[in-house]
Order: sequence, then C-alpha cells, then structure tokens
Amino acid sequence: MNYNWNWGLLFVEPYFGFLVSGLRTTVLIALGAWAIAFVLGSLLGIARTVPIWGVRVVATAYVEIFRGIPLLVQMFLWFFVVPEIVPRDWGRWLKRELPDPEFWTAVVALGFYTACRVAEQVRAGIQSISKGLLNAALATGLTLPRTYLHVLLPLSYRLLIPVLTSEFLTIFKNSSLALTIGAAELTAQSRQIESLTFHGFEAFTAATVLYIAITLSVIFLMRSLETRMRIPGMLGQGADR
Amino acid sequence: MSEFDFGVILRALPFLWQGMQLTLLLTVLAMMGGILLGTGLALMRMWAPTPFPQLAAGYVNLLRSIPLILVVFWFYFLVPLAIGRAVGAFPSALIAFTMFEAAYYSEIIRAGIQGVARGQLAAAEATGLTYLQAMRYVVLPQAFRAMLPVLLTQSIILFQDTSLVYVVGLHDFLTAATVVAGRDNRLVELYTFVAVIYLVLCVAASYGVRCLRLRFVQ
Repeated sequence: MNYNWNWGLLFVEPYFGFLVSGLRTTVLIALGAWAIAFVLGSLLGIARTVPIWGVRVVATAYVEIFRGIPLLVQMFLWFFVVPEIVPRDWGRWLKRELPDPEFWTAVVALGFYTACRVAEQVRAGIQSISKGLLNAALATGLTLPRTYLHVLLPLSYRLLIPVLTSEFLTIFKNSSLALTIGAAELTAQSRQIESLTFHGFEAFTAATVLYIAITLSVIFLMRSLETRMRIPGMLGQGADR
Repeated sequence: MSEFDFGVILRALPFLWQGMQLTLLLTVLAMMGGILLGTGLALMRMWAPTPFPQLAAGYVNLLRSIPLILVVFWFYFLVPLAIGRAVGAFPSALIAFTMFEAAYYSEIIRAGIQGVARGQLAAAEATGLTYLQAMRYVVLPQAFRAMLPVLLTQSIILFQDTSLVYVVGLHDFLTAATVVAGRDNRLVELYTFVAVIYLVLCVAASYGVRCLRLRFVQ
C-alpha cells in the first residue's frame, strides 16, 4: 500500500473553506430540523397518549408511516415528488423561487422524519409514569390539559433527557443524507475534497474528527446523566464481573 | 402534473426486483456479519482482559458517532487500497454495513446481558451452579429473550439503511428505481412506488416483531 500523505492539504484554500462551510451547513440543517422534530414530535407523542380515539389514530399513523420509509426515500419524496403533486403555483414556487432548495428540503425532510422518533420517546416517557399519578391529579380537580401541563409533562421530560439527547446526536449524523439531494454539508464536502485531490484519508479523517467533535461533548453529558439515573440492582453496575 | 402512470412501474418490475434482491442479500449478509462481530465486541467489552474492553468501547463509540454515509465512503475508498486492486462496490458496501451495524448490535447484546437482574446470577450461584453454568442456564436465556426483538428491530433499520448504497452507485431497490425514473422521466410514480413497498415491508416486519415480543413476555 503506498500512499502520499499530505495533511497540510486540509488547511489550505479552497479545501479548508470547504470543511468550514460543510460543518456550518451540517450544524444548521441539524438545528433547523431539530426545531421541527422537537415541537412536532412532542405534540405527536402527547397525542398518542390522550384518551381521544381519533387523535391517537392519526398520531399513530404518522409514526408508522414515517418510521416505515427509509429517510433517503423520504428525502427524494420531498425533493422530487412533493413539488409535482402540490397545486401548480406552490410547485412552481418550490422549484423556481425557494432560495437554497436543497438546504430547506433537507431541513423539512429530516425534521418530519425525526419527529416520529421523538414522538415515540415522548409517548414512552409519558406512559412510564404510573397511572395512579394521573388519576390522583384528575381526582384533585385538575382538567386533563392541566394534568398534562403540570404533572405528566414536567416529570416525563426529565426522564427523557438522555433519550432526547441521543436523538439530537442522531439528527447530526442523519443530516449527512442531505448530500444525496445536493446540499453541501460536511460529508459531501469531504467527498468533494477526495475527488478533487485523491487524498481520501485526509479528507475523510477531517470529516470523522469534526463529527466526533460535534458528538463527543454531548455523549459525555449523556453518560453523566445515565450514571445518575441508573437503576440500582442491575448487572451493568459494577465492572467486577 | 400528468396522470399517474402505473404502466411505467409494471414495465420496470423485473428491473426493480433485481434491485430488491440486492437489497435483501445485502441486508441478510450484513445482519449475519454484524451480529457475529457484534457478539464478539460485546463479549470483549464485558469479559476480556484489560486493553480489549477499552478497544472495543472505542470502536463502538467511534462508529456510533459518525454517519453511515461517511462509513460507506470510508470503506469504498479503503477497501481497494487495502486489497491493492479495484473491487466492486458490493464487497466494500457489505464490509461497511457489517462494521457499522456491529457497533449497534454489540450495544444491544451487551444491554441484554446487563439488563438481567444481579440477584439472578447470585441466586444461581447460591444453588451451587458454577459461574459458567449460571450464565448458560440462567442469565443468557433471559438475556436472549430480552434482546431478540431489539436485534430484529435493528435489522429492520438495517434493511432501510441499505438504501444508502445509492451514494456508491450500487443497484439496490432505490437506485434501480432512480435509474428507471431518470430514463422515463417518471419520478413521481417510481419514488411513490418505492416508498409504498418499503412501508409495507417494514410495517409487516415490525408487526411480526411485536407479536414475537408479546409471546415472549407471557
């Protein structure tokens, strides 16, 4: 195996600029998508637990559909199919006038997809709270919305911090799929450096290190939370075995 | 928009079926390789002497913190370099998926074993079973029951993830559809069809896993 190392390559223009703008695009897509996913996912998750049949069915159908189609296919649907099937004027706006269409399509696709994952976590969080608490809250005269607002949600979101952190990590990784519709995010930029210079090692290492830099801090945060919330009496606790 | 044309899909069916065969083959092979390698990693992490648990943990954390597409690119670039000659996209994609999924499978397997209550092991040893017997007859059967549905769910995710071979131009189900869509200029029909097929297969598979889980709980 002979290979010409050239790490300096990463720090000269235009390649350094590629990486910086790629990192920026990745972070912006992830944050934008998370805003959609967190709000929509929370609403859907709550909707799946309320005692109203119709609401539950709609939310369940949403989760099943978005979970059953690969994210890449969903990207293509938003990018290629949606502009064709909406009313003609909207389609023209999406195709011609929307600035930076790859970026916004990626944000919307990733946001709506991640919403179904967040919804599942929120539902599980709410359902993990004992039924007695719900009944007690209702018995004190709180209405159902107030029970959710003051009793169920504050409790479940605290339990949900670790899993939502992990969903937040996933959204950064999934944002790499935006490259398939032409958004110039981090993986796309490293791939571009590779194809321009044939220095794949350096290019992919740079992207790998940057992804790790994004996720590492969050992982450490998660681990400290996990340790504090660990259930006593499980085999996982000591390393003595 | 012009009319939805089912004829395009019908004519493309043999070609799409070829793509689906590749998708299924890749899924099954990567699943077997991933579970095998994942079991090795999990065992290494729990019971191997000192440098190995750290190495396995490092591997798992590394693979879990980078996107799958980047892993696919890495191996697409590395495998020919390591072998010294060009290989097709399939072997490098298969290696990439196996290595990537192994990190996730190993966490599931480890969680399954560690999720067994500590008292179970203590009680088994108190009845006179040796450590290995206690593992074999008490801990592992419980762990396997707990982890099987999760392993299968992860495999459904793997099935969806194989669509990412699109980026190295391997003709899986989605890429085959993309080829036809581009040739006939029928993006709406083809992508809708692909989405529906994936949806039906995944919903059916996760329903099966749910039934399995219910049977195991009782």
